[in-house]
Amino acid sequence: MTTTAVSTGVAVRLEGVSRRFGTVQALDGLDLELAPGELVALLGPSGCGKTTALRILAGLEDADSGRILVGGKDVADVPVNRRDMGMVFQAYSLFPHLTAAENVEFGLRLRRQSAAARRRRAQEMLELVGIGTHASRFPQQLSGGQQQRVALARALAIQPQVLLLDEPLSALDAKVRLQLRDEIRRIQLEVGTTTLFVTHDQEEALALADRVGVMRAGRLEQIGLPEDIYRNPATPFVAEFVGLSNRFAGQLSASGVEVFNTLLPTLNAGSVEHGPVEVLVRPESIDLTADPLGDGRVVAVSFLGPLARVTVALPDETLVVAQVSSARLADLPPGTPVRVTLLPIPVVVSPSDQT
Amino acid sequence: MSRRLRDLLGVVPFLVFVGIFLVVPTLVVAIGAFLDEDNRATLDNVTALADGYIVQAFVRSIVLSAVTAILGAVIGALLGYALVTAKPDSTVRRVVTSACGVLAQFGGVTLAFAFMATIGLSGFVTLFLRDSLGIDIFSGGVWLYDLPGLVLVYTYFQIPLMVIVFLPALDGIRPQWREATESLGGSTWYYWRRVAGPLLAPAFIGSTLLLFANAFSAYATAAALVSQGSPIVPLQIRSALTSEVLLGRENVGKAMALGMVVVVAVVMALYAVLQRRTSRWLD
Amino acid sequence: MAGLVRRRARRQRVLRWVVVGVLSIVFLLPLFALLEFTTRGPGGKLSWDTWRLLVDWRQLSETYPVLWTGMKASFWLVLLSVALTLVLLVPTVVWVRLRLPGLRRLVEFLCLLPLTIPAIVLVVGLAPVYAWVVYFVGGSSVTLFLAYTILALPFAYRAIDTGLSAIDVRTLAEAARSLGAGWLTVMWRVVLPNIRSAVLSAAFLTVALVLGEFTIASLLSRDNLQVAINQLGKSSATISFAVSLAALVLAFVLLYLLSFVGRRRRRERSVS
Repeated sequence: MTTTAVSTGVAVRLEGVSRRFGTVQALDGLDLELAPGELVALLGPSGCGKTTALRILAGLEDADSGRILVGGKDVADVPVNRRDMGMVFQAYSLFPHLTAAENVEFGLRLRRQSAAARRRRAQEMLELVGIGTHASRFPQQLSGGQQQRVALARALAIQPQVLLLDEPLSALDAKVRLQLRDEIRRIQLEVGTTTLFVTHDQEEALALADRVGVMRAGRLEQIGLPEDIYRNPATPFVAEFVGLSNRFAGQLSASGVEVFNTLLPTLNAGSVEHGPVEVLVRPESIDLTADPLGDGRVVAVSFLGPLARVTVALPDETLVVAQVSSARLADLPPGTPVRVTLLPIPVVVSPSDQT
Repeated sequence: MSRRLRDLLGVVPFLVFVGIFLVVPTLVVAIGAFLDEDNRATLDNVTALADGYIVQAFVRSIVLSAVTAILGAVIGALLGYALVTAKPDSTVRRVVTSACGVLAQFGGVTLAFAFMATIGLSGFVTLFLRDSLGIDIFSGGVWLYDLPGLVLVYTYFQIPLMVIVFLPALDGIRPQWREATESLGGSTWYYWRRVAGPLLAPAFIGSTLLLFANAFSAYATAAALVSQGSPIVPLQIRSALTSEVLLGRENVGKAMALGMVVVVAVVMALYAVLQRRTSRWLD
Repeated sequence: MAGLVRRRARRQRVLRWVVVGVLSIVFLLPLFALLEFTTRGPGGKLSWDTWRLLVDWRQLSETYPVLWTGMKASFWLVLLSVALTLVLLVPTVVWVRLRLPGLRRLVEFLCLLPLTIPAIVLVVGLAPVYAWVVYFVGGSSVTLFLAYTILALPFAYRAIDTGLSAIDVRTLAEAARSLGAGWLTVMWRVVLPNIRSAVLSAAFLTVALVLGEFTIASLLSRDNLQVAINQLGKSSATISFAVSLAALVLAFVLLYLLSFVGRRRRRERSVS
């Protein structure tokens, strides 16, 4: 499609990076590695330190301790404007007095490229992000999604060593978000730049990244392939933050965990004491059968296209959310008595006192 | 139809009041400038504006306003920049903006007095310099009660006004722009030259124009400070209003007033244009 | 660690304090000089006599009747100007937004017009108008509140307009109307509570403006605080310097309090 040179990408390493803001420990000895050309998403709730990690890598914040290695070199003494990193912010980062093309040319002008080369490169980049026809528009004449495309083109135009994306989609409408998410992935694969993507949206992280790192309180809770994070969460926090989980009371023993009279295998039994525990069960691990003798009762149904979520109330007022094929909804109108069955899929348990 | 009429009744009190106390006085000035003492149409008042002493007053007023506007704009912008680097809710910022509000708009007579107490003949600084350092600031004549004094005191209230009108523009500068510039490889200097400078220029020029209009319209400080002569237009208007020596002077006063309105209106129109550009970029 | 970013932040903080510090000294010097002048006793000794007199109202009114008259006039002028400004402006601006959006430009133009008409010009045109005011209601200095309301319009209008922009008056009014409220209830129980801080800032700005007004009062030969101060300045500089400093400090306190009122609004806007 274009003649964009595929850069090989460099490795990035954060070793024991800590940062404190006043009384808040934003990063607490964070270790993170990005392989050349890899896209890693840092996922976590607000305040977990993910943005701080990105800004420290960019050189926009200092680390209190730890090392940052880019392509094997320590960059602690390299100021932000020499780090050679392309950055895309959440919103409003385009220069409002410059057109889309001039915004993209901005970094090239700093690299003393000739006017002709700049113009060619800017047009090429704008076409890469799919808005080649809007080159002469000003930011306020572009939609939010188009602005983020220009921002991406501007960051990539300088052929950065590392691409940093700081929640670039969170200010956009749902539909635009999905579209742009897929394009970011396509473009990243095309140019091959090592990329760090920060987000609080688990769906985004899972869909986009080579690997996902889930952060909590300044540390990595778990890092791995998206499907690993989803299927085999290492901790209750990851299980709850990534995807939807039911929380039930259960009894943990050496042979597994017993919930609703079903014995289930566990993912993290080693770290929790035997006895009463809380069990995190995904909606898709729960099956419902319409049964006049069942002790559950359907209270709400939400249709999600091919799938549907059904909420069932048990006699003790526990609510169970199950995911079923939409085709079965006809049998499960609100009020239907149902039997709840747990599928034998490994689950995460957590000490019962933990909220 | 009747509902529309009833709706319109709601704004009648406002329109009547503004009509009597704002529109009528404006028309009195605008029309009176073209009437003689017997209410016949004449251009004499307007041609009288070409008289040497009136032209001089306008020139002095314009020079005074321009000089203090530029001084005020530069120093005020610097102070404004120092303030926006502090958090919007910080005490420094709160105190300084409140103080600026007072000094910019409340001043008048008080400021004239304050400067008399500072560098008047028996002022605090005058005495200190004379007694301790042997410097006589008035060795070349008492300049405080004349144009140089006006420049000093006007600058004193122009700086705070600049802070007030320029702060919103400075607040509109997003930190992402600086961060984006830097991550693309730009230095601080480059950021000011290519990003912040061009973005703030319309607001800066607009604010300077507003300062000009402010100084041009000011009366109280000059009235309290200048004891002899009427070096600037507002004081000329005063003497035209209060002198009973010459008949028909009153309408020359109206012509001068009209002249002031024209100058201020032109400046404010330019200000509005620049303000629109600013709000498109920095809101 | 190197801390490049923090080093720059520190440099910026130093610059801020130097600029604010130097300018504070320059700006406080004349005000300090006022204070020093009013506390200069006989023989160059510190004396608070002038300030003591200032709080002893009875003696003040006997010693300086001019000042006393001016203060009284300014007191009533403040009250009446604020009242008229709010009564005239708030319902009109709200009404125009709700029912007559076509008139919005005109009302805004009229409200901002005084900015392009210097007070010294306005007074030229006001002289004949005030001849009629004298004819109908007499020549009391308090009648100046009519002119002061005009002077306050731009500031009050902006404050109220900002306040109204922060809420959706139309929807609020429609909601209240659909629940059965009449227009008076809409105004008093729905709109007004939502723009309280805007109304308050309009009032404060008007107070500060009226306290400081000199031009119109002086040229229409009426009395107010500033005219009295100016007049006294020639004969008894000390007391008039003291009063003017006190008025300045009062205005500062008003605006400082206002900065707390405005805070909530600013935060709301920064969220959107």
